[in-house]
Amino acid sequence: MSSIQKIQEEIIDEFSMFDDWMQRYEYMIDLGKSLPLINEAYKTDDYIIKGCQSKVWVHAQMEDNKIHFTADSDAIITKGIIAILIRAFSGQSPQDIIDADTAFIDEIGLKEHLSPTRANGLVSMIKEIKLYAVAYQTQLN
Amino acid sequence: MLDINKIREDFPILKREVNGKPLVYFDNAATSQTPQVVIDAIVDYYSTYNANIHRGVHSLSQEATDAYEQARIKIQKHFNAAQSYEIIFTSGTTHSINLVSSGFESLINQGDEVLLSALEHHSNIVPWQMLCEKTGATLKVIPMTQSGELDMAAFAKAVTPKTKLVFVNHVSNALGTVNDIKTIIAKAHSVGAAVLIDGAQATPHIKPDVQALDVDFYVCSAHKICGPTGVGILYGKQEWLDKLPPYQGGGEMIETVTFEKTTYAGLPHKFEAGTPNICGGIATGVGLDYMNSIGFDTIATYENELLTYATEKLIAIDGLKIYGTSKEKTAVISFNVGEIHPYDIGTILDKLGIAVRTGHHCAQPIMDFYKIPGTVRASFSFYNTMEEIDIFVAGLEKAVLMLS
Ligand SMILES: Cc1ncc(COP(=O)(O)O)c(C=O)c1O
Repeated sequence: MSSIQKIQEEIIDEFSMFDDWMQRYEYMIDLGKSLPLINEAYKTDDYIIKGCQSKVWVHAQMEDNKIHFTADSDAIITKGIIAILIRAFSGQSPQDIIDADTAFIDEIGLKEHLSPTRANGLVSMIKEIKLYAVAYQTQLN
Repeated sequence: MLDINKIREDFPILKREVNGKPLVYFDNAATSQTPQVVIDAIVDYYSTYNANIHRGVHSLSQEATDAYEQARIKIQKHFNAAQSYEIIFTSGTTHSINLVSSGFESLINQGDEVLLSALEHHSNIVPWQMLCEKTGATLKVIPMTQSGELDMAAFAKAVTPKTKLVFVNHVSNALGTVNDIKTIIAKAHSVGAAVLIDGAQATPHIKPDVQALDVDFYVCSAHKICGPTGVGILYGKQEWLDKLPPYQGGGEMIETVTFEKTTYAGLPHKFEAGTPNICGGIATGVGLDYMNSIGFDTIATYENELLTYATEKLIAIDGLKIYGTSKEKTAVISFNVGEIHPYDIGTILDKLGIAVRTGHHCAQPIMDFYKIPGTVRASFSFYNTMEEIDIFVAGLEKAVLMLS
Protein backbone atom coordinates (compact mmCIF):
# COMPACT_ATOMS: atom_id res chain seq x y z
CA MET A 1 0.00 0.00 0.00
CA SER A 2 1.38 3.43 -0.93
CA SER A 3 1.46 6.04 1.75
CA ILE A 4 -1.27 8.01 -0.05
CA GLN A 5 -3.54 5.00 0.20
CA LYS A 6 -2.69 4.61 3.90
CA ILE A 7 -3.64 8.20 4.61
CA GLN A 8 -6.85 7.77 2.65
CA GLU A 9 -7.73 4.72 4.74
CA GLU A 10 -7.12 6.75 7.91
CA ILE A 11 -9.43 9.49 6.67
CA ILE A 12 -12.13 6.95 5.83
CA ASP A 13 -11.76 5.51 9.35
CA GLU A 14 -12.12 8.93 10.93
CA PHE A 15 -15.24 9.73 8.93
CA SER A 16 -16.82 6.37 9.71
CA MET A 17 -17.26 7.56 13.29
CA PHE A 18 -19.86 10.10 12.23
CA ASP A 19 -23.43 8.90 11.92
CA ASP A 20 -24.92 11.73 9.93
CA TRP A 21 -24.09 14.44 7.45
CA MET A 22 -24.25 17.20 10.06
CA GLN A 23 -21.38 15.73 12.03
CA ARG A 24 -19.36 15.20 8.84
CA TYR A 25 -19.93 18.79 7.78
CA GLU A 26 -19.18 20.17 11.21
CA TYR A 27 -15.88 18.29 11.16
CA MET A 28 -15.05 19.64 7.73
CA ILE A 29 -15.94 23.16 8.75
CA ASP A 30 -13.61 22.77 11.74
CA LEU A 31 -10.85 21.52 9.47
CA GLY A 32 -11.49 24.48 7.20
CA LYS A 33 -11.30 26.94 10.09
CA SER A 34 -8.27 25.55 11.86
CA LEU A 35 -5.87 25.28 8.96
CA PRO A 36 -3.91 28.24 7.70
CA LEU A 37 -3.33 26.59 4.38
CA ILE A 38 -1.43 28.95 2.16
CA ASN A 39 1.08 31.72 2.44
CA GLU A 40 -0.86 34.96 1.81
CA ALA A 41 1.76 35.84 -0.80
CA TYR A 42 0.39 33.08 -3.01
CA LYS A 43 -3.23 34.20 -2.73
CA THR A 44 -2.95 36.08 -5.98
CA ASP A 45 -4.48 35.69 -9.40
CA ASP A 46 -1.41 33.68 -10.50
CA TYR A 47 -2.42 30.83 -8.22
CA ILE A 48 -6.18 31.09 -8.46
CA ILE A 49 -8.49 28.44 -9.82
CA LYS A 50 -11.74 30.02 -10.82
CA GLY A 51 -14.61 27.82 -9.70
CA CYS A 52 -17.20 30.47 -10.50
CA GLN A 53 -18.66 30.57 -6.97
CA SER A 54 -15.91 29.78 -4.53
CA LYS A 55 -12.31 30.64 -5.31
CA VAL A 56 -9.47 28.19 -4.75
CA TRP A 57 -5.75 28.98 -4.64
CA VAL A 58 -3.10 26.26 -4.99
CA HIS A 59 0.67 26.47 -4.62
CA ALA A 60 3.18 23.63 -5.10
CA GLN A 61 6.84 23.27 -4.28
CA MET A 62 9.25 20.36 -4.66
CA GLU A 63 11.56 19.44 -1.78
CA ASP A 64 13.58 16.20 -1.53
CA ASN A 65 11.62 14.78 -4.49
CA LYS A 66 8.31 15.27 -2.70
CA ILE A 67 5.69 17.82 -3.67
CA HIS A 68 4.36 20.10 -0.94
CA PHE A 69 1.00 21.64 -1.62
CA THR A 70 -0.65 24.54 0.12
CA ALA A 71 -4.08 25.84 -0.80
CA ASP A 72 -6.98 27.94 0.36
CA SER A 73 -10.53 28.92 -0.52
CA ASP A 74 -12.88 31.74 0.37
CA ALA A 75 -15.68 29.24 1.18
CA ILE A 76 -15.22 27.29 4.39
CA ILE A 77 -16.70 23.95 3.27
CA THR A 78 -14.52 24.02 0.18
CA LYS A 79 -11.58 24.79 2.47
CA GLY A 80 -12.40 21.79 4.64
CA ILE A 81 -12.28 19.46 1.65
CA ILE A 82 -9.05 21.09 0.54
CA ALA A 83 -7.59 20.30 3.96
CA ILE A 84 -8.49 16.63 3.39
CA LEU A 85 -7.01 16.59 -0.10
CA ILE A 86 -3.82 18.26 1.07
CA ARG A 87 -3.46 15.71 3.85
CA ALA A 88 -3.72 12.93 1.26
CA PHE A 89 -1.48 14.38 -1.45
CA SER A 90 1.03 16.77 0.11
CA GLY A 91 4.51 15.45 0.89
CA GLN A 92 4.17 12.62 -1.62
CA SER A 93 6.26 11.71 -4.63
CA PRO A 94 5.09 12.90 -8.05
CA GLN A 95 4.61 9.33 -9.30
CA ASP A 96 2.45 8.36 -6.31
CA ILE A 97 0.29 11.46 -6.86
CA ILE A 98 -0.09 10.64 -10.56
CA ASP A 99 -1.18 7.08 -9.69
CA ALA A 100 -3.53 8.01 -6.84
CA ASP A 101 -7.27 8.28 -7.22
CA THR A 102 -9.85 10.25 -5.26
CA ALA A 103 -12.41 7.51 -4.69
CA PHE A 104 -12.01 7.92 -0.93
CA ILE A 105 -13.97 11.18 -1.21
CA ASP A 106 -16.98 9.06 -2.21
CA GLU A 107 -16.49 6.81 0.75
CA ILE A 108 -16.51 9.65 3.25
CA GLY A 109 -19.81 10.91 1.83
CA LEU A 110 -18.53 14.02 0.08
CA LYS A 111 -18.88 12.80 -3.46
CA GLU A 112 -21.18 15.62 -4.53
CA HIS A 113 -18.44 18.15 -3.88
CA LEU A 114 -16.20 16.59 -6.49
CA SER A 115 -18.85 16.43 -9.16
CA PRO A 116 -17.70 18.28 -12.28
CA THR A 117 -20.93 20.31 -12.27
CA ARG A 118 -20.23 21.85 -8.86
CA ALA A 119 -19.00 25.37 -9.29
CA ASN A 120 -16.59 25.17 -6.35
CA GLY A 121 -13.20 24.77 -8.02
CA LEU A 122 -12.36 21.43 -6.39
CA VAL A 123 -12.37 19.38 -9.58
CA SER A 124 -10.01 21.89 -11.13
CA MET A 125 -7.90 21.79 -7.99
CA ILE A 126 -7.39 18.03 -8.28
CA LYS A 127 -6.53 18.44 -11.94
CA GLU A 128 -4.03 21.11 -10.93
CA ILE A 129 -2.49 18.81 -8.31
CA LYS A 130 -2.10 16.07 -10.93
CA LEU A 131 -0.65 18.50 -13.46
CA TYR A 132 1.95 19.68 -10.95
CA ALA A 133 2.82 16.03 -10.30
CA VAL A 134 3.23 15.31 -14.02
CA ALA A 135 5.37 18.43 -14.46
CA TYR A 136 7.66 17.58 -11.51
CA GLN A 137 7.87 13.94 -12.62
CA THR A 138 9.12 15.13 -16.01
CA GLN A 139 11.85 17.10 -14.20
CA LEU A 140 12.90 13.98 -12.32
CA ASN A 141 13.12 11.79 -15.43
CA MET B 1 -58.12 33.82 -2.71
CA LEU B 2 -55.66 31.24 -3.81
CA ASP B 3 -56.27 27.60 -2.85
CA ILE B 4 -52.68 26.68 -2.09
CA ASN B 5 -53.30 23.01 -1.39
CA LYS B 6 -55.07 22.55 -4.69
CA ILE B 7 -52.34 24.43 -6.55
CA ARG B 8 -49.58 22.30 -5.02
CA GLU B 9 -51.39 19.20 -6.25
CA ASP B 10 -50.88 20.51 -9.79
CA PHE B 11 -47.07 20.28 -9.50
CA PRO B 12 -45.85 16.68 -9.23
CA ILE B 13 -42.25 17.71 -8.48
CA LEU B 14 -43.30 19.38 -5.23
CA LYS B 15 -43.93 15.92 -3.75
CA ARG B 16 -40.35 14.75 -4.09
CA GLU B 17 -37.68 14.56 -1.45
CA VAL B 18 -34.13 15.88 -1.67
CA ASN B 19 -31.45 14.43 0.61
CA GLY B 20 -34.19 12.68 2.55
CA LYS B 21 -36.12 15.90 3.21
CA PRO B 22 -39.26 17.26 1.51
CA LEU B 23 -38.18 19.60 -1.27
CA VAL B 24 -38.48 23.32 -0.55
CA TYR B 25 -38.01 24.95 -3.94
CA PHE B 26 -36.98 28.60 -3.61
CA ASP B 27 -35.09 28.94 -6.89
CA ASN B 28 -38.08 30.06 -8.91
CA ALA B 29 -36.28 33.04 -10.42
CA ALA B 30 -33.92 30.59 -12.17
CA THR B 31 -36.72 28.43 -13.51
CA SER B 32 -40.31 27.72 -12.51
CA GLN B 33 -41.70 24.26 -11.92
CA THR B 34 -44.04 22.67 -14.43
CA PRO B 35 -47.73 21.97 -13.75
CA GLN B 36 -49.27 18.66 -14.78
CA VAL B 37 -51.34 20.29 -17.56
CA VAL B 38 -48.15 21.40 -19.30
CA ILE B 39 -46.54 17.98 -18.88
CA ASP B 40 -49.73 16.43 -20.30
CA ALA B 41 -49.67 18.80 -23.28
CA ILE B 42 -46.11 17.72 -24.07
CA VAL B 43 -47.01 14.02 -23.82
CA ASP B 44 -50.18 14.58 -25.86
CA TYR B 45 -48.28 16.33 -28.64
CA TYR B 46 -45.76 13.51 -29.07
CA SER B 47 -48.40 10.81 -28.53
CA THR B 48 -51.05 12.04 -30.94
CA TYR B 49 -50.13 14.78 -33.44
CA ASN B 50 -46.36 15.18 -33.76
CA ALA B 51 -45.69 16.54 -37.28
CA ASN B 52 -43.76 19.33 -38.96
CA ILE B 53 -45.69 22.55 -39.33
CA HIS B 54 -46.48 24.99 -42.14
CA ARG B 55 -45.42 22.38 -44.66
CA GLY B 56 -47.71 19.37 -44.98
CA VAL B 57 -51.13 18.96 -46.49
CA HIS B 58 -51.75 15.98 -44.25
CA SER B 59 -53.95 16.08 -41.17
CA LEU B 60 -51.27 15.74 -38.50
CA SER B 61 -49.33 18.63 -39.95
CA GLN B 62 -52.50 20.73 -40.01
CA GLU B 63 -53.29 19.89 -36.39
CA ALA B 64 -49.76 20.70 -35.24
CA THR B 65 -49.73 23.95 -37.23
CA ASP B 66 -53.10 24.97 -35.79
CA ALA B 67 -52.02 24.25 -32.22
CA TYR B 68 -48.74 26.14 -32.69
CA GLU B 69 -50.48 29.18 -34.20
CA GLN B 70 -53.15 29.04 -31.47
CA ALA B 71 -50.34 29.26 -28.93
CA ARG B 72 -49.05 32.36 -30.69
CA ILE B 73 -52.50 33.91 -30.42
CA LYS B 74 -52.71 33.03 -26.70
CA ILE B 75 -49.38 34.79 -26.19
CA GLN B 76 -50.55 37.77 -28.24
CA LYS B 77 -53.67 38.08 -26.06
CA HIS B 78 -51.67 37.64 -22.86
CA PHE B 79 -49.36 40.52 -23.73
CA ASN B 80 -52.10 42.48 -25.52
CA ALA B 81 -50.05 42.74 -28.71
CA ALA B 82 -51.87 44.36 -31.63
CA GLN B 83 -51.10 41.51 -34.04
CA SER B 84 -50.26 37.83 -33.60
CA TYR B 85 -47.37 38.16 -36.09
CA GLU B 86 -45.72 40.58 -33.68
CA ILE B 87 -45.04 37.53 -31.48
CA ILE B 88 -41.88 35.68 -32.56
CA PHE B 89 -40.98 32.31 -31.07
CA THR B 90 -37.32 32.02 -30.06
CA SER B 91 -35.35 29.63 -27.86
CA GLY B 92 -35.27 31.94 -24.83
CA THR B 93 -34.72 35.48 -23.58
CA THR B 94 -31.07 35.29 -24.57
CA HIS B 95 -31.95 34.31 -28.13
CA SER B 96 -34.62 37.04 -28.33
CA ILE B 97 -32.10 39.70 -27.28
CA ASN B 98 -29.48 38.45 -29.74
CA LEU B 99 -32.02 38.50 -32.55
CA VAL B 100 -32.74 42.18 -31.89
CA SER B 101 -29.15 43.23 -31.16
CA SER B 102 -27.82 41.64 -34.35
CA GLY B 103 -30.65 43.25 -36.32
CA PHE B 104 -29.57 46.64 -35.04
CA GLU B 105 -26.11 46.25 -36.57
CA SER B 106 -27.49 47.76 -39.77
CA LEU B 107 -29.42 50.50 -37.95
CA ILE B 108 -26.73 51.84 -35.59
CA ASN B 109 -23.71 53.92 -36.52
CA GLN B 110 -20.52 55.19 -35.03
CA GLY B 111 -21.28 58.07 -32.66
CA ASP B 112 -24.68 56.70 -31.70
CA GLU B 113 -25.30 55.86 -28.07
CA VAL B 114 -27.05 52.90 -26.51
CA LEU B 115 -28.14 52.98 -22.91
CA LEU B 116 -28.43 50.05 -20.53
CA SER B 117 -29.12 49.83 -16.82
CA ALA B 118 -26.72 48.85 -14.04
CA LEU B 119 -29.17 46.10 -13.06
CA GLU B 120 -28.91 43.97 -16.19
CA HIS B 121 -28.42 40.22 -16.50
CA HIS B 122 -25.33 39.26 -18.54
CA SER B 123 -27.74 38.22 -21.31
CA ASN B 124 -28.81 41.83 -21.64
CA ILE B 125 -25.26 43.23 -21.54
CA VAL B 126 -23.01 41.08 -23.68
CA PRO B 127 -25.02 41.12 -26.98
CA TRP B 128 -25.10 44.93 -26.85
CA GLN B 129 -21.39 45.15 -26.09
CA MET B 130 -20.84 43.04 -29.20
CA LEU B 131 -23.12 45.38 -31.16
CA CYS B 132 -21.13 48.40 -29.98
CA GLU B 133 -17.82 46.75 -30.85
CA LYS B 134 -19.04 46.05 -34.37
CA THR B 135 -20.64 49.42 -35.03
CA GLY B 136 -18.51 51.83 -33.00
CA ALA B 137 -21.52 52.98 -30.99
CA THR B 138 -21.04 53.91 -27.32
CA LEU B 139 -22.52 51.94 -24.42
CA LYS B 140 -23.69 54.08 -21.50
CA VAL B 141 -24.89 52.82 -18.13
CA ILE B 142 -27.86 54.09 -16.09
CA PRO B 143 -26.52 53.99 -12.51
CA MET B 144 -28.24 52.35 -9.54
CA THR B 145 -28.70 53.45 -5.94
CA GLN B 146 -27.91 51.59 -2.69
CA SER B 147 -31.48 50.30 -2.45
CA GLY B 148 -31.11 48.69 -5.87
CA GLU B 149 -33.28 51.15 -7.79
CA LEU B 150 -32.32 52.91 -10.98
CA ASP B 151 -31.25 56.53 -10.63
CA MET B 152 -34.01 58.04 -12.74
CA ALA B 153 -32.57 61.58 -12.61
CA ALA B 154 -29.29 60.27 -14.02
CA PHE B 155 -31.25 58.35 -16.63
CA ALA B 156 -33.13 61.47 -17.76
CA LYS B 157 -29.80 63.29 -18.18
CA ALA B 158 -28.22 60.41 -20.09
CA VAL B 159 -30.92 60.42 -22.79
CA THR B 160 -29.82 62.70 -25.64
CA PRO B 161 -30.56 63.00 -29.35
CA LYS B 162 -27.63 60.60 -29.87
CA THR B 163 -29.46 57.84 -27.95
CA LYS B 164 -30.71 55.21 -30.38
CA LEU B 165 -31.56 52.29 -28.12
CA VAL B 166 -32.40 51.73 -24.46
CA PHE B 167 -32.54 48.31 -22.84
CA VAL B 168 -33.58 47.69 -19.29
CA ASN B 169 -35.06 44.77 -17.41
CA HIS B 170 -38.61 45.06 -16.17
CA VAL B 171 -37.54 43.28 -12.97
CA SER B 172 -33.96 42.65 -11.80
CA ASN B 173 -33.16 38.96 -11.37
CA ALA B 174 -30.55 39.52 -8.68
CA LEU B 175 -32.52 41.97 -6.51
CA GLY B 176 -36.18 41.79 -7.55
CA THR B 177 -36.42 45.55 -8.22
CA VAL B 178 -39.40 46.47 -10.40
CA ASN B 179 -38.21 49.23 -12.71
CA ASP B 180 -40.39 52.14 -13.79
CA ILE B 181 -40.34 51.07 -17.42
CA LYS B 182 -43.28 53.25 -18.42
CA THR B 183 -41.30 56.41 -17.62
CA ILE B 184 -38.17 54.96 -19.25
CA ILE B 185 -40.03 54.14 -22.46
CA ALA B 186 -41.70 57.54 -22.69
CA LYS B 187 -38.41 59.37 -22.12
CA ALA B 188 -36.56 57.24 -24.69
CA HIS B 189 -39.32 57.82 -27.25
CA SER B 190 -39.04 61.57 -26.76
CA VAL B 191 -35.69 61.38 -28.60
CA GLY B 192 -36.80 58.66 -31.02
CA ALA B 193 -34.86 55.83 -29.36
CA ALA B 194 -36.15 52.26 -29.44
CA VAL B 195 -36.64 50.39 -26.16
CA LEU B 196 -36.16 46.69 -25.41
CA ILE B 197 -37.51 45.46 -22.10
CA ASP B 198 -36.13 42.20 -20.69
CA GLY B 199 -39.21 40.70 -19.06
CA ALA B 200 -37.64 37.37 -18.03
CA GLN B 201 -38.14 38.10 -14.31
CA ALA B 202 -41.30 40.18 -14.59
CA THR B 203 -43.50 37.77 -16.55
CA PRO B 204 -43.77 35.19 -13.71
CA HIS B 205 -45.40 37.87 -11.53
CA ILE B 206 -46.82 40.62 -13.75
CA LYS B 207 -48.99 40.60 -16.88
CA PRO B 208 -47.52 43.33 -19.09
CA ASP B 209 -49.65 45.21 -21.63
CA VAL B 210 -47.24 45.98 -24.46
CA GLN B 211 -49.57 48.47 -26.12
CA ALA B 212 -50.26 50.43 -22.95
CA LEU B 213 -46.51 50.46 -22.25
CA ASP B 214 -45.88 51.45 -25.88
CA VAL B 215 -42.75 49.28 -25.71
CA ASP B 216 -40.85 48.45 -28.92
CA PHE B 217 -39.51 45.04 -27.90
CA TYR B 218 -40.46 42.88 -24.92
CA VAL B 219 -38.70 39.54 -24.36
CA CYS B 220 -39.05 36.62 -21.95
CA SER B 221 -38.48 32.87 -21.42
CA ALA B 222 -41.20 30.20 -21.24
CA HIS B 223 -39.33 28.21 -18.59
CA LYS B 224 -39.90 30.91 -15.99
CA ILE B 225 -43.67 31.01 -16.59
CA CYS B 226 -44.59 27.37 -16.04
CA GLY B 227 -43.59 26.43 -19.59
CA PRO B 228 -40.78 24.23 -20.94
CA THR B 229 -37.11 25.13 -21.42
CA GLY B 230 -35.89 26.03 -24.89
CA VAL B 231 -38.72 28.42 -25.78
CA GLY B 232 -38.60 32.19 -25.69
CA ILE B 233 -40.90 34.98 -26.70
CA LEU B 234 -40.01 38.12 -28.59
CA TYR B 235 -42.69 40.76 -28.92
CA GLY B 236 -41.75 43.44 -31.42
CA LYS B 237 -43.78 46.34 -32.74
CA GLN B 238 -44.49 45.71 -36.39
CA GLU B 239 -42.72 48.87 -37.56
CA TRP B 240 -39.52 47.72 -35.83
CA LEU B 241 -39.77 44.09 -36.89
CA ASP B 242 -40.17 45.29 -40.48
CA LYS B 243 -37.00 47.37 -40.17
CA LEU B 244 -34.84 44.56 -38.78
CA PRO B 245 -33.20 42.20 -41.28
CA PRO B 246 -33.72 38.42 -40.87
CA TYR B 247 -31.57 36.84 -38.18
CA GLN B 248 -30.86 33.40 -39.62
CA GLY B 249 -31.36 31.98 -43.08
CA GLY B 250 -33.06 28.68 -43.82
CA GLY B 251 -36.37 27.00 -44.37
CA GLU B 252 -39.64 28.52 -43.10
CA MET B 253 -38.32 32.09 -43.42
CA ILE B 254 -38.41 32.37 -47.21
CA GLU B 255 -40.98 33.20 -49.82
CA THR B 256 -39.09 32.17 -52.97
CA VAL B 257 -35.54 30.93 -53.37
CA THR B 258 -33.46 30.91 -56.54
CA PHE B 259 -29.68 30.90 -56.65
CA GLU B 260 -29.79 34.52 -57.79
CA LYS B 261 -32.12 35.87 -55.14
CA THR B 262 -34.29 34.90 -52.20
CA THR B 263 -37.27 36.89 -51.06
CA TYR B 264 -38.11 36.62 -47.39
CA ALA B 265 -41.39 35.58 -45.89
CA GLY B 266 -43.42 38.11 -43.96
CA LEU B 267 -43.76 38.31 -40.17
CA PRO B 268 -43.42 36.26 -38.05
CA HIS B 269 -41.78 33.68 -40.33
CA LYS B 270 -38.98 36.01 -41.38
CA PHE B 271 -37.45 35.47 -37.93
CA GLU B 272 -38.32 31.78 -37.52
CA ALA B 273 -35.89 29.92 -39.77
CA GLY B 274 -35.97 26.13 -39.61
CA THR B 275 -38.25 23.75 -37.73
CA PRO B 276 -39.11 25.43 -34.43
CA ASN B 277 -39.71 23.89 -31.01
CA ILE B 278 -43.30 23.05 -31.97
CA CYS B 279 -44.18 21.09 -28.86
CA GLY B 280 -42.50 23.72 -26.67
CA GLY B 281 -44.46 26.55 -28.27
CA ILE B 282 -47.74 24.74 -27.72
CA ALA B 283 -46.83 23.91 -24.10
CA THR B 284 -45.91 27.56 -23.51
CA GLY B 285 -49.49 28.53 -24.38
CA VAL B 286 -50.80 25.92 -21.94
CA GLY B 287 -48.54 27.26 -19.18
CA LEU B 288 -49.84 30.80 -19.71
CA ASP B 289 -53.43 29.52 -19.68
CA TYR B 290 -52.67 27.81 -16.39
CA MET B 291 -51.27 30.98 -14.81
CA ASN B 292 -54.14 33.06 -16.14
CA SER B 293 -56.65 30.59 -14.70
CA ILE B 294 -55.23 31.44 -11.27
CA GLY B 295 -54.98 35.10 -12.21
CA PHE B 296 -51.99 37.41 -12.08
CA ASP B 297 -53.60 39.70 -9.50
CA THR B 298 -54.16 36.74 -7.19
CA ILE B 299 -50.61 35.57 -7.82
CA ALA B 300 -49.13 39.01 -7.08
CA THR B 301 -51.13 39.44 -3.87
CA TYR B 302 -50.16 36.03 -2.53
CA GLU B 303 -46.50 36.32 -3.50
CA ASN B 304 -46.35 39.70 -1.82
CA GLU B 305 -47.59 38.09 1.41
CA LEU B 306 -44.83 35.48 1.09
CA LEU B 307 -42.27 38.22 0.50
CA THR B 308 -43.40 40.29 3.48
CA TYR B 309 -43.47 37.29 5.81
CA ALA B 310 -40.04 36.03 4.70
CA THR B 311 -38.48 39.50 4.88
CA GLU B 312 -39.70 40.00 8.45
CA LYS B 313 -38.36 36.64 9.57
CA LEU B 314 -35.02 37.08 7.81
CA ILE B 315 -34.18 40.54 9.11
CA ALA B 316 -34.54 39.15 12.63
CA ILE B 317 -31.43 37.00 12.00
CA ASP B 318 -28.29 38.53 13.46
CA GLY B 319 -25.90 39.86 10.81
CA LEU B 320 -28.26 39.25 7.90
CA LYS B 321 -28.21 41.94 5.21
CA ILE B 322 -30.70 42.10 2.37
CA TYR B 323 -29.54 43.52 -0.98
CA GLY B 324 -32.31 45.17 -2.98
CA THR B 325 -34.79 47.05 -0.85
CA SER B 326 -36.65 49.00 -3.49
CA LYS B 327 -40.21 50.02 -2.73
CA GLU B 328 -41.55 47.90 -5.55
CA LYS B 329 -40.07 44.44 -5.76
CA THR B 330 -41.09 40.94 -6.70
CA ALA B 331 -40.85 37.93 -4.37
CA VAL B 332 -37.05 37.74 -4.41
CA ILE B 333 -34.71 38.13 -1.43
CA SER B 334 -30.98 38.40 -2.02
CA PHE B 335 -28.91 38.36 1.17
CA ASN B 336 -25.72 37.52 3.00
CA VAL B 337 -25.15 36.69 6.66
CA GLY B 338 -22.06 38.29 8.20
CA GLU B 339 -18.90 37.15 6.47
CA ILE B 340 -20.25 33.70 5.60
CA HIS B 341 -19.72 32.73 1.96
CA PRO B 342 -23.04 32.30 0.08
CA TYR B 343 -21.79 29.00 -1.34
CA ASP B 344 -21.44 27.55 2.18
CA ILE B 345 -24.98 28.55 3.11
CA GLY B 346 -26.35 27.12 -0.13
CA THR B 347 -24.53 23.82 0.49
CA ILE B 348 -25.97 23.36 3.98
CA LEU B 349 -29.48 24.38 2.84
CA ASP B 350 -29.27 21.81 0.03
CA LYS B 351 -28.52 19.13 2.62
CA LEU B 352 -31.78 20.15 4.27
CA GLY B 353 -33.74 19.81 1.01
CA ILE B 354 -33.93 23.58 0.43
CA ALA B 355 -33.06 24.85 -3.07
CA VAL B 356 -31.77 28.42 -3.30
CA ARG B 357 -29.45 30.10 -5.75
CA THR B 358 -26.03 31.32 -4.66
CA GLY B 359 -23.43 33.33 -6.53
CA HIS B 360 -23.47 36.41 -8.70
CA HIS B 361 -26.73 35.52 -10.49
CA CYS B 362 -25.28 36.44 -13.89
CA ALA B 363 -25.24 40.06 -12.77
CA GLN B 364 -21.61 40.68 -11.80
CA PRO B 365 -21.87 44.47 -12.14
CA ILE B 366 -24.43 44.50 -9.30
CA MET B 367 -22.15 42.41 -7.07
CA ASP B 368 -19.25 44.77 -7.88
CA PHE B 369 -21.48 47.71 -6.93
CA TYR B 370 -22.07 46.22 -3.47
CA LYS B 371 -18.45 44.93 -3.32
CA ILE B 372 -19.51 41.35 -2.55
CA PRO B 373 -18.67 38.07 -4.33
CA GLY B 374 -22.31 37.06 -4.47
CA THR B 375 -25.44 36.51 -2.43
CA VAL B 376 -27.86 33.81 -1.41
CA ARG B 377 -31.09 34.33 -3.32
CA ALA B 378 -34.44 32.91 -2.25
CA SER B 379 -37.15 33.48 -4.85
CA PHE B 380 -40.77 32.54 -4.26
CA SER B 381 -43.60 31.45 -6.47
CA PHE B 382 -47.36 31.20 -6.03
CA TYR B 383 -47.04 27.49 -5.17
CA ASN B 384 -44.77 28.13 -2.18
CA THR B 385 -46.13 28.31 1.36
CA MET B 386 -45.59 30.14 4.64
CA GLU B 387 -44.63 26.77 6.21
CA GLU B 388 -41.86 26.40 3.63
CA ILE B 389 -40.57 29.82 4.64
CA ASP B 390 -40.49 28.63 8.27
CA ILE B 391 -38.50 25.54 7.23
CA PHE B 392 -36.13 27.73 5.21
CA VAL B 393 -35.57 30.19 8.05
CA ALA B 394 -34.96 27.37 10.54
CA GLY B 395 -32.54 25.77 8.05
CA LEU B 396 -30.75 29.06 7.56
CA GLU B 397 -30.37 29.52 11.32
CA LYS B 398 -28.89 26.03 11.54
CA ALA B 399 -26.48 26.78 8.67
CA VAL B 400 -25.39 30.04 10.26
CA LEU B 401 -24.75 28.28 13.56
CA MET B 402 -22.63 25.63 11.85
CA LEU B 403 -20.69 28.13 9.75
CA SER B 404 -20.01 30.86 12.31
C1 LIG C 1 -33.39 39.21 -16.22
C2 LIG C 1 -32.98 38.03 -17.04
N1 LIG C 1 -32.62 38.20 -18.32
C3 LIG C 1 -32.25 37.16 -19.09
C4 LIG C 1 -32.21 35.87 -18.60
C5 LIG C 1 -31.76 34.76 -19.50
O1 LIG C 1 -32.81 33.90 -19.79
P1 LIG C 1 -32.56 32.56 -20.61
O2 LIG C 1 -31.41 31.89 -19.96
O3 LIG C 1 -33.84 31.81 -20.47
O4 LIG C 1 -32.28 32.95 -22.03
C6 LIG C 1 -32.57 35.64 -17.27
C7 LIG C 1 -32.52 34.27 -16.71
O5 LIG C 1 -32.13 34.03 -15.60
C8 LIG C 1 -32.96 36.74 -16.48
O6 LIG C 1 -33.29 36.57 -15.20
